[in-house]
Amino acid sequence: MNSRAPTRWTDGSMERLVAKRYAAERRFKFFGLAAVSLSMAFLAFLLITMAWKGAGGFTRTEVKLSVDFPRSDLILDPAALKGPESAKAIGAAGLDIMLEQAAVAQFGQGGGELLGGASVRTLGERLIEDPDLLTRRVDLWLPASSKADVAGKGDGDPAIEALLAKTDHRRRLNPTFLTSSDATDASVVGIWGALKGTFLTILVTMLLAFPIGVLSALYLEEFAPRNRWTDLIEVSINNLAAVPSIIFGLLGLAVFLNFMDLPRSAPLVGGLTLALMTMPVIVIAGRNAITSVPPSIRDAALAVGASKMQVVFHHVLPLALPGILTGTIIGMARALGETAPLLMIGMRAFIASPPGSITEPATVLPVQIFLWSDEVDRGFVEKTSAAIIVLLIFMLLMNGLAIYLRNRFEQRW
Amino acid sequence: MATTGGHTIKAFDDDLDRLRALISEMGGLAEHNIRESMRCLVERDLEGAKNVVEEDRKLDALEIETERRAVRLIALRAPMAGDLRDVVAALKISSVVERIGDYAKNIAKRVPLLTDIGNVEPLSVMPEMARIATEMVHDVLTAFVERDAESALRVIERDRKVDDFYNSIFRTLLTYMMENPHNITQSTHLLFVAKNVERVGDHATNIAEMVYYAATGDYLGDRPKGSDAIEADAR
Amino acid sequence: MNDKTNLTPNPAPSTAIAAAAAKDQRETMGGPVVPEPETKADSMGVHATVFNDPDPSGSIDQDRTPKMTARDIHVFYGDKEALKGVDIDIHDDKVTAFIGPSGCGKSTFLRCLNRMNDTIPAARVTGTIELDGENINSARMDVVQLRARVGMVFQKPNPFPKSIYENVAYGPRIHGLAQGKTELDEIVEKSLRRAGLWDEAKDRLDESGTALSGGQQQRLCIARAIAVDPEVILMDEPCSALDPIATAKIEELIHELRGRYAITIVTHNMQQAARVSQRTAFFHLGEMVEYGKTSEIFTNPREQRTQDYITGRYG
Repeated sequence: MNSRAPTRWTDGSMERLVAKRYAAERRFKFFGLAAVSLSMAFLAFLLITMAWKGAGGFTRTEVKLSVDFPRSDLILDPAALKGPESAKAIGAAGLDIMLEQAAVAQFGQGGGELLGGASVRTLGERLIEDPDLLTRRVDLWLPASSKADVAGKGDGDPAIEALLAKTDHRRRLNPTFLTSSDATDASVVGIWGALKGTFLTILVTMLLAFPIGVLSALYLEEFAPRNRWTDLIEVSINNLAAVPSIIFGLLGLAVFLNFMDLPRSAPLVGGLTLALMTMPVIVIAGRNAITSVPPSIRDAALAVGASKMQVVFHHVLPLALPGILTGTIIGMARALGETAPLLMIGMRAFIASPPGSITEPATVLPVQIFLWSDEVDRGFVEKTSAAIIVLLIFMLLMNGLAIYLRNRFEQRW
Repeated sequence: MATTGGHTIKAFDDDLDRLRALISEMGGLAEHNIRESMRCLVERDLEGAKNVVEEDRKLDALEIETERRAVRLIALRAPMAGDLRDVVAALKISSVVERIGDYAKNIAKRVPLLTDIGNVEPLSVMPEMARIATEMVHDVLTAFVERDAESALRVIERDRKVDDFYNSIFRTLLTYMMENPHNITQSTHLLFVAKNVERVGDHATNIAEMVYYAATGDYLGDRPKGSDAIEADAR
Repeated sequence: MNDKTNLTPNPAPSTAIAAAAAKDQRETMGGPVVPEPETKADSMGVHATVFNDPDPSGSIDQDRTPKMTARDIHVFYGDKEALKGVDIDIHDDKVTAFIGPSGCGKSTFLRCLNRMNDTIPAARVTGTIELDGENINSARMDVVQLRARVGMVFQKPNPFPKSIYENVAYGPRIHGLAQGKTELDEIVEKSLRRAGLWDEAKDRLDESGTALSGGQQQRLCIARAIAVDPEVILMDEPCSALDPIATAKIEELIHELRGRYAITIVTHNMQQAARVSQRTAFFHLGEMVEYGKTSEIFTNPREQRTQDYITGRYG
């Protein structure tokens, strides 16, 4: 070492080496930025496309129709509209025929195409609201049929479009989309049934997966002895987290439906199945979070005379909670978007009304989206995209809640 | 307790070695001065005596240097156990050696006053006494450098001889003074010279006790003293 | 090595006291655990009043029963023997220091005293440790209560990530030492005062304990240990992570706490051991090589290994 000449830092060769290192750094930064930008571009493309396609699903075309009630063939007693039998009375009144007649009268042949189930329903609601209408001739803004709606949004049959152009029509927000459930008619279809179903299913999933997952993680990390059995359990849990979700569907089918005979298509079964899927994720994240609690905190608690349980629940768990919640977020996001296992346990049926409890048949948002995307009616296209938007918002809200909880519990140690 | 190997911090070893070297140097100078002053006394060498007085200044400077180094060592190295005892001993020994040097100076100062003394018996035995005393100083300082407690103990025993010398010189000079009042002045000076040499021996035994403590950490009990003339007369 | 000079301290003892002292010393040459005869130094007229040892007569050690005793302690980590037969007494009015190079077993031994080694699965402890005469490893001794009676302060300050108040109140709360909030407040204030932290903390009791400086955090940990009213406080290198001023404050605190608790401190810093303790034990490669009065250990240790370590001739 002593005989070496002193390093000449400002030599040309040294400078070139330094320049190469900086160049490598710049290249790396560029690639990183490019990767991030590409991802952001894909994400933006998805969001924009969805928003573009789905925005229409939240609106509907309304057509102005003049209805002469006294002159029509409607058989409806105003008094019946006030009582508890009003729905029945509406249903028996033959509103759809009357409307068709009025439409044809106003718009000419084929005018009936412009009105549909939504129109009938809305008219019925208006009449219950204000039975007085039956005595007059009024101009009503009624939601158009699905075909007319699609035509109004520029995507439909040219004949219908032409017909619609002759009428007085406007675009308004579609409240039924968020309040009603699945239907065959695209104009009355809504997302509420699926939303409630998702909500109930996730509730069941979390109520099962979170406590079991967290307690299992605590037990495995803190109390279980270290031997071959616990190693085996750890390997099994890690593998479970990677199992394809459809296998959990098969498991749910075999155990919950066939063996335990639980109600098919219910959020209870869906939640159980998804809980099986989510628990390994929570256990893994939980174990990592628990291991990362520094032993100095444990030692400090032990030295003050805390029992093992007190150390775990007063000190380790609160400090591990942010990590556990992160794992929960990941698990929950996965569960929210799962379609295959829920299809296996039957949550694919046509559910026309929202579930009243966790044992009633229901469907979830991803399944609903899948079913609508299969429909032939053009009106379902925008509804599918709108449903996707609702799903994304729902997921954002749930994640936001979990992140908020995580930040609340974050403590510096 | 013997030491095994050097300090992990080599500079600490260097500091201790330099301190010991200073002590050795002081000791050598003091011994030299005593022998020189004795020689000048016997040979009536006035020039030499003046040199001895001059040389003493060097000894004073060395003592200051030793003290400075010892204090610095304590502040910077925080010595413990054997090292601490060594440093404290070095500090004390340096002042004792400086005093030994002062005795040599004292003897040298009396040389001009004793130039015309005859070849009296005390004068002829004094070099021998001084030789033993300086040997004691030499050996005890060697014992310090080598941390040899046994050797230090042996030095203490030799003090008896020096004391015996002194006692006999004392009695002889008393006789001279009683015989002839003219002798009193010179006899008194000679007596003081003898006393100085005897003190050198005592100081050497003091140093021996310090060396013993530094080496072992134990204190010597009351050591057996040679009978001195005062006790002898009292009995 | 040391035998030659220690067997004959007096070449010719001329006084009766010295002779008795010499005999005394020869009799007690043996295991390092037996306290050295204090009378030897006294007969020479030397009192060991340096190093703030309040009992120059030295008879206290023999008369008082020790607070904790350890006999023949072996600790195995798997097959490796970390402690090879340690015997020691801890007295309740003394600060006992454990010194020794890294890995010599002093921290391992300290952790035996409050059974913290139980938390390490591979560790196996044999031997007897007694607190006030009761075996701490017996089935009757509840380890959770033991750890309240024998508190511990660690090398790196480790306050809980809770408020200052909660840090100190946690112990009393789980042991049920306070009935009601007022009593708990009193305990918290008393502990913080004793730890010398009250003035700095009384206006910030709700702030997080981890927001304090290093020295304050360590005093908080001491307050936390004090809050459960311990009898012994074990300190494992409490000042190694602190700056000199914080260190000095902790040392002063130890001095103040001395009469109230039996304190045992493990330290790398020999000057600290010399300043703070009255008894020192030197550990080396799993053995306790020498135990005695601090003043003696640092001026005149009996074992060559102790001398080498203390003077820095180690390695």
